[in-house]
This record gives sequence, structure tokens and C-alpha cells, in this order.
Amino acid sequence: MSKHQAEPVGGPIIFNRFTKFLVMFLGLWVLILLYRFLTGIGTVSGLTDGYPWGIWIAFDVVTGTALACGGYAIAILAYILNKGKYHPLVRPALLTSALGYSMAALAIIIDVGRWWGIWRIPLGGFPDMGSYNWNSALLEVALCVMAYVGVLWIELGPAFLEKWEATSKSSALVGFARFGLKFYDKALIWIIALGVLLPTMHQSSLGTLMLIAGWKLHPLWSTGWIPLLFLISCVGMGYAVVVWESAVSSKVFNRRREDSMLISLSGAMVVVLGLYLLLRFADIIISGKFGLMFTSGFLSFMFWLEIALFAIPMVMLMRAKDRANFGTIFKASMLIMLAGALYRFDAYIVAFNPGRNWSYFPTTLEILITLGTVAFEVFLYIVIVKRYPILSGTRAAQAAH
Amino acid sequence: MTMDRRTLLKGAAAAGAGAAALAVRPAEASSERPVAPPNAYGMLYDATRCIGCRACVTACKAANNLPGNLYDPPNDLSGDTKNIIKLYESDGEQSYMKQQCMHCIDPGCVNACMIGAFKKRELGIITWDPDRCIGCRYCQVACPYEIPKFQWDTAIPKIVKCELCHHIIVDPQTGEYKEGTQPGCCQACPKQAVIFGTYVDLLADAKQRIADHPERYYPAGDPQIFGDTEGGGTQVLYLAGVDFEKLGLPVLGDEGVAAQARSIQHGIYKGFIAPVALYGILGAVIWRNRRAEKKGGSDE
Repeated sequence: MSKHQAEPVGGPIIFNRFTKFLVMFLGLWVLILLYRFLTGIGTVSGLTDGYPWGIWIAFDVVTGTALACGGYAIAILAYILNKGKYHPLVRPALLTSALGYSMAALAIIIDVGRWWGIWRIPLGGFPDMGSYNWNSALLEVALCVMAYVGVLWIELGPAFLEKWEATSKSSALVGFARFGLKFYDKALIWIIALGVLLPTMHQSSLGTLMLIAGWKLHPLWSTGWIPLLFLISCVGMGYAVVVWESAVSSKVFNRRREDSMLISLSGAMVVVLGLYLLLRFADIIISGKFGLMFTSGFLSFMFWLEIALFAIPMVMLMRAKDRANFGTIFKASMLIMLAGALYRFDAYIVAFNPGRNWSYFPTTLEILITLGTVAFEVFLYIVIVKRYPILSGTRAAQAAH
Repeated sequence: MTMDRRTLLKGAAAAGAGAAALAVRPAEASSERPVAPPNAYGMLYDATRCIGCRACVTACKAANNLPGNLYDPPNDLSGDTKNIIKLYESDGEQSYMKQQCMHCIDPGCVNACMIGAFKKRELGIITWDPDRCIGCRYCQVACPYEIPKFQWDTAIPKIVKCELCHHIIVDPQTGEYKEGTQPGCCQACPKQAVIFGTYVDLLADAKQRIADHPERYYPAGDPQIFGDTEGGGTQVLYLAGVDFEKLGLPVLGDEGVAAQARSIQHGIYKGFIAPVALYGILGAVIWRNRRAEKKGGSDE
């Protein structure tokens, strides 16, 4: 990772009314989780045999990891397309990615019914070694996500090692940090490459997952191109999150915003959005589903809402003049996040119709569990940026340089 | 060496091409469509013979040690009901319908299951293994007949579905059919509306019934056996006097639901060549970029 002035923000963790509320809410979350693990999934959620997957999967896992693609999207720019200037964005993006993916992993443990057996999956199905079913798109997602959580924390490792090297009183920890940083100097290329490969694999497979639903998923969403559409839209969402995070963290922690970088980044977003829309329509027209765009009732409306949410930010950012205004970029980013989220919600829940009068709407407790997972992520983010060198342009950094 | 625009573009193109190769490979037509195993057994349900007595529902519960009884009959498949009889009634049409696992020839659940909790085993029977299941419920997403049920109201839930009484009809030593045995439901049926047998015999029997009484069966003029080809074929076959769709059976093509997803997965991950190649390309591009950067030139 090239040199840039990332510094801990410093100060107390619980520093305003919002963080106080956050901690109290997390207490409630733990109680609800306890209830879920003691009484079963049906008692806290609106899930049924018709709708076996709800918001814990559609939001926490599928949308959550797509929003956590900031690390992936920025790594493509900074390391593959060699736009070195984006390096200051890498660490904060990696942190939100690492947290987002870790929370997705947590959500999976909450969602699966027989969670105590989950450890068999990374171990080849232990004790029946080699019982992996390579036909299962879900297996590929599970293995990739597990591996990627590890890779993200490893990618973020230098932030922790730098801190320990600089401030630890234990000589053993300092020695470990020095050794670790040397290791990174050699191995980082292959870690970063893994950090690009794994999301490419599982973000597309998150789309493939729903193909097996067959007739239950509406044809406007059920298409052989769904892996590619999921992949492209997650890159757009990743950029949007980086913009959003930069803006919010600069406001909250009173740091300089990376305006010029974000402006040129929004140029990349236009390309990604355009490609997505092109492929989405091309697929529908090629596979002869043209009429379904207009004749599917409520789902037609959802489809066009999705399209609008993708198209409007693209138009907003199309001209260089408009991109120069940070407010425009910020609003466009929010729309892109919404667009990608809605596409995923539709593919997993809204356009999924198991028939026979099944219906699904999440219960209050189910929603609170999801909100708690997000709150936990926000809390960890605050702890880490306050203690470790993640953000650049902080007041601490400005004083030091 | 300074990083010029050309090198940059090359890197971008290589990475892009790799990603594209990963994401879209034309779904090759699956060359080998799965066929029923040679010793496949199954059931034939003839809705025109069923009198709706639900003896099979009770027998199923007894054979599988499930809670519930005839005086408080279940109204659908659930976490404690593997077999159900339903009544369809509309516009003067009437028919009973039996629902349980179809024991697909190319099963969605087996294709979906991560570490093989669902397996197509002896006699082509699909069974569920509690030691391998993590309760992810992808089988429920995958099953076109919506057969696997989950126990929602317990901390230690199971997936529940018909296993063709595997524990009764398969000899655990040899893995062969245990002569003279039958699944609980088939044994209980007083009208032989549901019968047990080899897949080949059942298919022949169903064709014979159509030939003997074409007027009894749907659709008029050209009666069909549901499960002969639907969704890649099933080892449980259906004959009925009314539209199968009205009885709750989905309209399916001749391929299993997993065929498309499988061909995409196989196309992308065949021999793991594409991911490994992409990994190599990515590593090489990053290495080049970093070397150029160290020598003091980045594009911007």
C-alpha cells in the first residue's frame, strides 16, 4: 500500500447522543437474538416454507455484501487499472468491506436453522471429506464469502500493524508488527489479486443462486445473464458506498473530503451504470421478454422503478460539469445504492412468487435483528477508525503534517 | 520504465476480459441429461382411483414416527407431515390429489445442497441427512414442487420430506430393495390409487391404464403421465382426470430446474481453469503496476 497519511481519528468511542443510542440498541439486539436462538426462526420472523429466505438473506447478505464491494471496486481502480491516486480511498473502503462481509457472515449464522454444523463447510464437509457438491452455487458463494472475509481483514492488516509498531509498549508486539509489515511488502500483490478474484466469483454467483428457483422467479429477473448483472451492479454500488462513506465520515469526524478523487470516480460510475442498463435491456429483448416489461402488473412497475433508479444517477453524472458538484455526486450515489438494493430485493423477494397463496412480510423482530446487525457494523466502524489509522485528512493528520 | 497509457489500457483489457470470461460463458446445452438409475423405484398415483380416505396420511405418520393423527388431520405438508391428500373442487370438477416428494431424476434439492445433506441414493430415493444439513433452506428455494418443509418453531429444526420410506424398503447391508416391503402410504391404500414399484413397471402400468381407459384421463384425447418428462422426469408419476396444474403441479419444461444454473456453474468453473487464470492475470497486472510505481511513475 503506498504512503498516505492515514491516522486514527482519536477521542472517546461514545462521543454523542447517536453513539449512546447505538450501544443501548445493541443491548436490545442481543436479547432478540437470544430469543431467536432459543425458540427458532419461525417465532421471530415472517419466514415460511413458501418464502424460506427473507430480509436476512436479501438485505444482510445479498445487498449487504454488494454494498460492501467498495473494497473490491476501489481495488480494481487503484491496483488493476493503476489509478494510484485513489490509494487514500483504499483503506476506508476496505474497512467498510471487511465489516460488511463480517456482518453478512453473522447474518448467515442467524439465518440458518442448524447453525452449529456450519463449521463443516470450510472443512470439506468434515468428517465426510470431499462431500462438497460443486453443482451448488450456494457452496461456491459460501466458500468465497468465508475466504473473502479473511482476505479483507488481511488486506486491512497493515493498519493494525502500523499502529502497534508505532505505539505498542510490548516489544514482542512491535517485533511481530515489523515482521508482518515486511511480509505484506512481499505478499500483498497476491492478497490483493485474491481480493479482486473472490468478489468477482461470488458476487456473480449470488445472482446464479436464484436461477434454480425456476418458475418461482419472474422471467424479467430469472435469466442466464443474472450473474453478470449482479456483478456489474455490485461494482456500481461499491463506488457509491465509497462516495457516501467519504462524505459522511468527513462530516462526522471533521476531516478533509477527497473531492477531486470522488469526482473522477463518478465518471467511472456512469460507465458501470450504462453497461448495466445496456445488458439488462439487451437480455430482455434477445430472450423475447419484451412484452413482460409492460404486462407484469406490479412487477412491471418494480422493474421500471429499478431501471429509473439506475438511469437517473447515470444522467445526473453524465456531464463533466455536473460531476464537479459534490452534492450531485452524493445524491447520485444514494440512488445507485437504492437501485442495486432494489434489484436484489426484487430478485430475492418481490419477484419471487411461490404461488399457493404464500405471502411474506418481515416481522418487527425480524427487522430489528437486521437493524441491529447494521448498528453493530456502524459501532465497530467507529471504534476502528478512532483507534487505528484508516482515514486520511483527519484533524490529527492535518496537525501532524 | 514509466507507466504509459497503453500499458494501463492493456492491464484494464486483460482484467476485463478475465472477468467477462468468468461471468458469462454461454450456457452450453447440457449434453448428458440425467436418466433414472437402472434400479429406480417410485410410486404411481392415480387421482381417478383415490377416494380421499387419507389412510395413506395416517400410515405415513406411523411409518415415519411423526406426530399427529386422523382425528386432527393436517391440511398441508409441514414440518411434521410428509404426505397429504387434498381435494380440488371447482366448476363441477373434482379430484383428490396426493402430495409428497417426487423423487426427481434431476433433483433441484440435491443440486442445491452444499455438502450433500440431500442425496439421490439407493433405488434413486432422495434422502436427507441431519448430520450434513445446516438448515440454509436453499432446497426449499430450489424445489419446483415445494416439497421440503422446515421446522420453524424449534431451536433444533429439521428439514422434513418424503424419503419413500427408505428406512423400510432398502436393506441397509446390501443397499438393495428389501423384497416384499412397501412405503407406508402404498401399503395402506385400499383402492390401489397409489402403488409402489420399479420406475419402469410404473411407467408401463400408467401407459396401459391410459390405453385401457383413455376417457378417464387428462387431457382428453391425448392423456398424459405427469412426471414422464416434466422437470427432467420424476420417479413418482401421476395420472388424473383434471388438469395437473389445477391439482397444484407446476408447468415445467423437459429439463430439471438445476440444469441452467448447473451449466452456468460448470461453464465458469470447469476444472477451475477460469478462476486460476484470472487470479494469475490479476496478480501479474498488479505486480507490473507496482513495479512501475516503485520506479517513480504512475499514470496520474
